[in-house]
Amino acid sequence: MTYARRTKDELAARVAQDIPEGATVNLGIGQPTLVANHIPSHLEILLHSENGILGMGPAPAAGHEDYDLINAGKQPVSLLPGGSYFHHADSFAMMRGGHLDICVLGAFQVSATGDLANWHTGEADAIPAVGGAMDLAMGAKQTWVMMDLLTKQGQSKLVDKCSYPLTGIGCVKRVYTDLATLACSPSGLRVIDMVPGLSLEDLSQLIGLPLALQASSPK
Amino acid sequence: MINKFVDSVADALADTPDGATVLIGGFGTAGIPDELIEGLLLQGAKNLTLVNNNAGNGEHGLAALLKAGRVRKIICSFPRQVDSYVFDSLYRSGQVELELVPQGNLAERIRAAGAGIGGFFAATGYGTDLAKNPDGTLKETREINGRMYVYETPIHGDLALIRAERGDRWGNLTFRKAARNFGPIMAMAARKTVATVFEKAELGEMDPETVITPGIFVQAVVHVERVATQAGGIKA
Repeated sequence: MTYARRTKDELAARVAQDIPEGATVNLGIGQPTLVANHIPSHLEILLHSENGILGMGPAPAAGHEDYDLINAGKQPVSLLPGGSYFHHADSFAMMRGGHLDICVLGAFQVSATGDLANWHTGEADAIPAVGGAMDLAMGAKQTWVMMDLLTKQGQSKLVDKCSYPLTGIGCVKRVYTDLATLACSPSGLRVIDMVPGLSLEDLSQLIGLPLALQASSPK
Repeated sequence: MINKFVDSVADALADTPDGATVLIGGFGTAGIPDELIEGLLLQGAKNLTLVNNNAGNGEHGLAALLKAGRVRKIICSFPRQVDSYVFDSLYRSGQVELELVPQGNLAERIRAAGAGIGGFFAATGYGTDLAKNPDGTLKETREINGRMYVYETPIHGDLALIRAERGDRWGNLTFRKAARNFGPIMAMAARKTVATVFEKAELGEMDPETVITPGIFVQAVVHVERVATQAGGIKA
């Protein structure tokens, strides 16, 4: 089997492709932040940041940073015309009240039925930190995960049952990986797309779980 | 005449008791009440419970309070940062207690305290390790309209320290950009709220349509010199 993994930018572009005009979206810290670079500029998509920003714009030019205007990763950002500021309880009401359309998060593991593990390795000496991950995972209308399919040791991060501490149960709708895009459902994983050259059998072997093909890719 | 302006941080914090629960605003670089945290350090109250999104960076602010041994417990959502080594070391050696709370529950528990709500059911955290009490027992859960929820209690403060932008002698406040974050809800949730402002306004000078925190939630306002917010605290 010969196939190439999606690069981080190709993966970000693949996620961006599925975000419809008019959506309100929260991009998690780390890799999901890259998705913003691939949203076509002619589309009006509102980015939400949990520290009280809706309509977040790109990083300002060097020398124009304002550290009262930062994203959840604490990097300087800007505000688009029409954007707004609000306090933390309102910001989390946007997630928890089901107003946010999509959140994109990283993950340690996702189960076939959409359980998410992304906040804690569970190691004894690790300092636990959760931030807004549980609120986003449970609150957004759709929770998407963006991650490499395999760990550095070659083990699938898509699993039958998460071994890491859970962030949320049955909350992940879709998983975008470097090798394939899959949907999680109560009846298991369905494949939305795969990188060229990768067969369903190859993918099923890598993941170690039964896979079904999704009839057509939902937008 | 109502006059909530206080001449100095020291005067505003003089009556802080040992064992107080102190709500401290700020997220990342924005809205951290540096002058008030420094004031609390000088004031000397100990055995404190701090409520903040994080657990301090570097050697200053919250980290300085921790390092000085003044903190018994921290209630926060994201203690782990690239430069949170003061907290990390105290936590690992069991010298400070941590109550880790999902950020939305943290915000809503603070808001609930300010609104007189005795608790609420939230879907966040259901079925996870954070749906447990500090003693390890499971928090109360309930199925509501087919969805599972966890019972969460309010977080009251004895004192709230917040950084605002502008204020008047009745305690009305505005905030700047994302420096607002926890400020308005913490102001509601504490018996005593002390806010710093960079600008003092005369009564009637602030547009009433744009007041973010009405003065009823604020007990003391201290004017401080404006300092540009600096970079820092990038999440690990």
